[in-house]
Order: sequence, then C-alpha cells, then structure tokens
Amino acid sequence: MAKQIEVAELDAYYGSHKAIEGITMTVEPRSVTAFIGPSGCGKSTFLRTLNRMHEVIPGATVQGKVRLEDQDLYGPDVDPVSVRRTIGMVFQRPNPFPTMSIFDNVAAGLRLNGRFSKSELNGVVEESLKGANLWNEVKDRLHKPGSGLSGGQQQRLCIARAIAVRPQVLLMDEPCSALDPISTLAIEDLISKLKTEYTIVIVTHNMQQAARVSDRTAFFNLAAQGQPGKLIEMAETSKIFTNPTEKATEDYITGRFG
Amino acid sequence: MTTATLKTGIQPISTGRRVKDRVVQVLVYLAFLVAVVPLVSVLYLVIKNGLARFDMEFLTHSMRNIGPNDAGGGAYHAIVGTLEQVLLASLIAVPIGLLTAVYLVEYSRGGRLARAISFFVDVMTGIPSVVAGLFILAFWILVLGFEFSGFAGAMALSILMMPTVVRATEEMLRLVPMDLREAAFALGVPKWRTIVKVVLPTALTGIVTGVMLAVARVAGETAPVLLTVFFTDSINTDPFHGPQMDLPLFIFSQMQLPNQTAIDRAWAGALTLILIVMLLNLLARLISWWRSPVRKG
Ligand SMILES: Nc1ncnc2c1ncn2[C@@H]1O[C@H](COP(=O)(O)OP(=O)(O)OP(=O)(O)O)[C@@H](O)[C@H]1O
Ligand SMILES: [Mg+2]
Repeated sequence: MAKQIEVAELDAYYGSHKAIEGITMTVEPRSVTAFIGPSGCGKSTFLRTLNRMHEVIPGATVQGKVRLEDQDLYGPDVDPVSVRRTIGMVFQRPNPFPTMSIFDNVAAGLRLNGRFSKSELNGVVEESLKGANLWNEVKDRLHKPGSGLSGGQQQRLCIARAIAVRPQVLLMDEPCSALDPISTLAIEDLISKLKTEYTIVIVTHNMQQAARVSDRTAFFNLAAQGQPGKLIEMAETSKIFTNPTEKATEDYITGRFG
Repeated sequence: MTTATLKTGIQPISTGRRVKDRVVQVLVYLAFLVAVVPLVSVLYLVIKNGLARFDMEFLTHSMRNIGPNDAGGGAYHAIVGTLEQVLLASLIAVPIGLLTAVYLVEYSRGGRLARAISFFVDVMTGIPSVVAGLFILAFWILVLGFEFSGFAGAMALSILMMPTVVRATEEMLRLVPMDLREAAFALGVPKWRTIVKVVLPTALTGIVTGVMLAVARVAGETAPVLLTVFFTDSINTDPFHGPQMDLPLFIFSQMQLPNQTAIDRAWAGALTLILIVMLLNLLARLISWWRSPVRKG
C-alpha cells in the first residue's frame, strides 16, 4: 500500500509571490517524515503541493515534479481528484462535516465517491474508527453529529475519515496544535501505529513531537521575510536533533533562533 | 509633547456610564416597541375583521354567480390561483437563482462575467413589481400572443423572486467555511459533488429562509398578477390556460365594492393570505429541521 514520494526542484506560487523554491526530497514509505521550521517558511504550502491541494486556492500554481513511485502527479493527464483520493490529508483545525453524523463523516469519502452497501460501510467505519483509536468512545453514538465531539475526538474523527478511503499516503498539517497533551499522545500513538501501513508526513512546531514520532526530519527555513522558503536539510531524525550538518538547523532546534 | 495615558486600576463603574447604559437600554426597548406596534395591530385587525367570513363556504366556494350585493361566496378560486402561481414561480426562480449563486460563489473566481451578473442581480432587486408585470404582458401576451394565464403571472413573479433567492443563497454559501470544501477535496471528492453533498446541505437552512422570504414577498403581489393573470370570479385550476385569480386580487376587487359583505370577504381573504404564507413558512422550517443534524443529535 504505502508508496515513496520523490520531489524534484519544486516551486510553489501564490499569484506572483513565490512561497517555496527548489525543493528536492524523497519521502520514504512506511515511515514518518516530519517537517519543521519557523512560521511562514512554507511547510503547509509544500505539504499541500504533495496531493495537489495547493491549486485549490485561486491563483496558486506549482512548478516542478512530484512522483509517487512511478507516477508523475503533475503529469498533463493526471486527474487531481484521483491524486487526492490516493494521498489523504488531515488539517490543522479539525473540520468534520457539521451536517453529518459521526458515522456519515467517516463514511463520507466512500459515499461521496461511489455506491456501497450498508454492511460494507459498517465494516469500513468500524475499522477506521478503531484505527483512529476512537471506536470505544463513540460506538454508542455513531449517529449523533460529529460536531458534538471534543476537539481531540474531532481530530481523530478526521483521521478516521481520511484513512477510511485507504489512501497510500497520509499528510498531516499540525494535527495536534489545537489539542491537549492527552489527545496529543493518543494521536502520536496512532501515528506510530499507522506507519506500518501508510507513508506519513507530519508538519509540527513541536520539536519533542518530531523527535518522538518521526523517522526522518526535514528542516525548512527562509532567508528573510518575503523570500521563498527552502529545504535546508533532511536526514534521520536522530541525526537532525543530535548532529545537524547546517548551523541554521542547530540554531532552530536549540531555540537560538531569530 | 503630550502623551496619551489610560486610567488604569480597578474602579467602580462611573455614573456617566451608568446613565449612558440606561439611556441606550430605554432607546432600544422603545425602538422595539415602535417596530412591534404596527405588526401586532395589523395582525389584530386582520384577525378581528377576517374571522367574520372565515368559514367553510369561504374556503370552498368561488365568487361565480354572486352579485355585488349578495352575501356568501368565497375565495377558493383565489386560493388555488395563489398556490399554483407561487409554486410555478418558485419552480422557475429557485433553480435559476440557486445555480446563479453557486456559479458566483464557487466557480467565478471574481471574473468579469461574475461582476456583470452581480450588477444585474442588483438591478433586478430594484425592479418595481408592476414593471415585471408589464414586461410579461408586453412580451409574452402581446408580442408572442399567449393568453392571460397563471403561468404568465408565475413568470412575472419569478422575475421578482430571483434576485432575492440569488442574494440569500450567495450569502449563505459564502458563510460555509473553506475548511469544509477542502476537507471534501482532500477525500478525493470532485468539486461538483462537494457542492451538492457538503456545501449546499450546510447552507440549507439559510437558503430555505431566503426562499421563503421571496415566496412571502411575491404571494402578496397585486399589480403584476392583474396584468398577466387578469381576473376571474370562477374556479380555473389550469394555470396554463385562461385567466385565474389570486388572493391579493381577490382582496383588491372585494374591497372596492361598497357593501359590508364584500368588505368582510376582503378581510377574510387577507387572513387567508397571511395564514398561507405562515403555513408555507412552517412547512419550509419543518423540511430544513428534518434535514438538520440537530434532529439526528
Ligand atoms: N492563501 C494564501 N495566499 C497567499 N499567500 C499565502 C497563502 N497561504 C500562505 N501564503 C504565504 O506563503 C508563505 C508560506 O506559508 P505557509 O502557510 O506554507 O507557512 P507555514 O510554514 O505552514 O507556516 P505555519 O508554521 O505558521 O503554519 C507565507 O509567506 C504566507 O504568507
Ligand atoms: Mg502551516
């Protein structure tokens, strides 16, 4: 299931503003890759170019190559909708569909894309909620609105919704930034569990979190305000946190930054 | 050089602020009373005067063969006309209005066409209802040669409904957070399905309210109906052929007659019209409640 992502010389623009420049990297399958870097350096922007969500914003464009194994995601006849189905995404703020119940939220990706029998859906919903460590908390109220859950539960609901469509890659943009330490731990456990099946990329501002959950870490930075963000270095997480090659990386992770 | 300083520290509420608070409170209550008085007195008058003739005969008989001085008769023909014309008008205006709003909010990306459409919708909002009636009269009946009919009236009414529906829907769609659209896109849902299955249901309650406002507005129109549906005392259930009646016209024609029985009929007609609009409103609210997550919760 899990696949490798290769990015080559990728630039992303908002209108004429270049937000990221010249990013080249490989994201390994069945592992967790963390993106760290100061605010505004283009982590979210880069993450969204990986499943063609960037171009959803009016005026936003991408140049360069992204390959999922042997497929060029920006090839001329690639359907962006199918890319997004293959590469799932969890957002910083939990965003369950307010008109739908917990069950319908998890089933949404399947239901909105085709016809499935009730029993098939039941199976997938249960499996996904269990996968997101949420099943025990909601199994008695599957048909209540998803917006009635706590923030941490809503975020796990969003993860369940994302894994219900069986993506090959899961992108997470600061999935824990709105959560308490307990929910954060629950989600970190979940990430470690999910990495056996998925390729996971996580953006985080929390160094300890990056150190705890990720196998590889990429550090982004920007030269100055208004300049495009760049990939400074990428390596094994242990190396980045103990013995980084670049001075900027060391300054950032030790907090001696700007 | 002067420096701006704020008085800091915890202090009691000053007398000046207490007075201002009281004054504004009184003003707000007064404004509310001023707004409510006409509403309540209209309702009171309509109910008091309307009940005299609000009976079974009124609801089930037409004015056929009822002379200007006769008692009895009813508004059945007008009730049927109002319901059919408003339904037809909604069938024309709601889909067009919805699709226009969806285009403006979801697809246009603020282009030249979108600005032109917005401008013309604003212009349409300002069209006096009699002009909409005249337009259908001149175009549909005089130029194209169709007869007076409920359908012609529905077309005139739909011109009046459309801008209200577009504006209400547009505002509601803009209120739907971008997050929800992105959540659906990220699941690999195509844009049109996202709109149909996520955006429109989220905005449903507001859209229904907007449509009901438009319905209530056109259900009370007299002039465009007079010009396009014409007038009749008999029951005509076919909205596509021949003159029909509707409640505003019924009220208008009855209150012109110089005797109490006709005036009573006019009041009963007004009561019926208010009840119909209220019932439609209730129905719409029921529908949107039925679809809402509150019920499921
Ligand atoms: N929708 C947008 N329109 C225009 N510019 C944008 C938009 N979103 C982001 N940008 C710009 O792109 C640059 C990178 O933003 P991005 O959101 O990717 O940063 P980030 O690294 O995710 O920051 P944070 O850690 O604060 O989330 C910033 O300069 C930002 O101002
Ligand atoms: Mg971000």
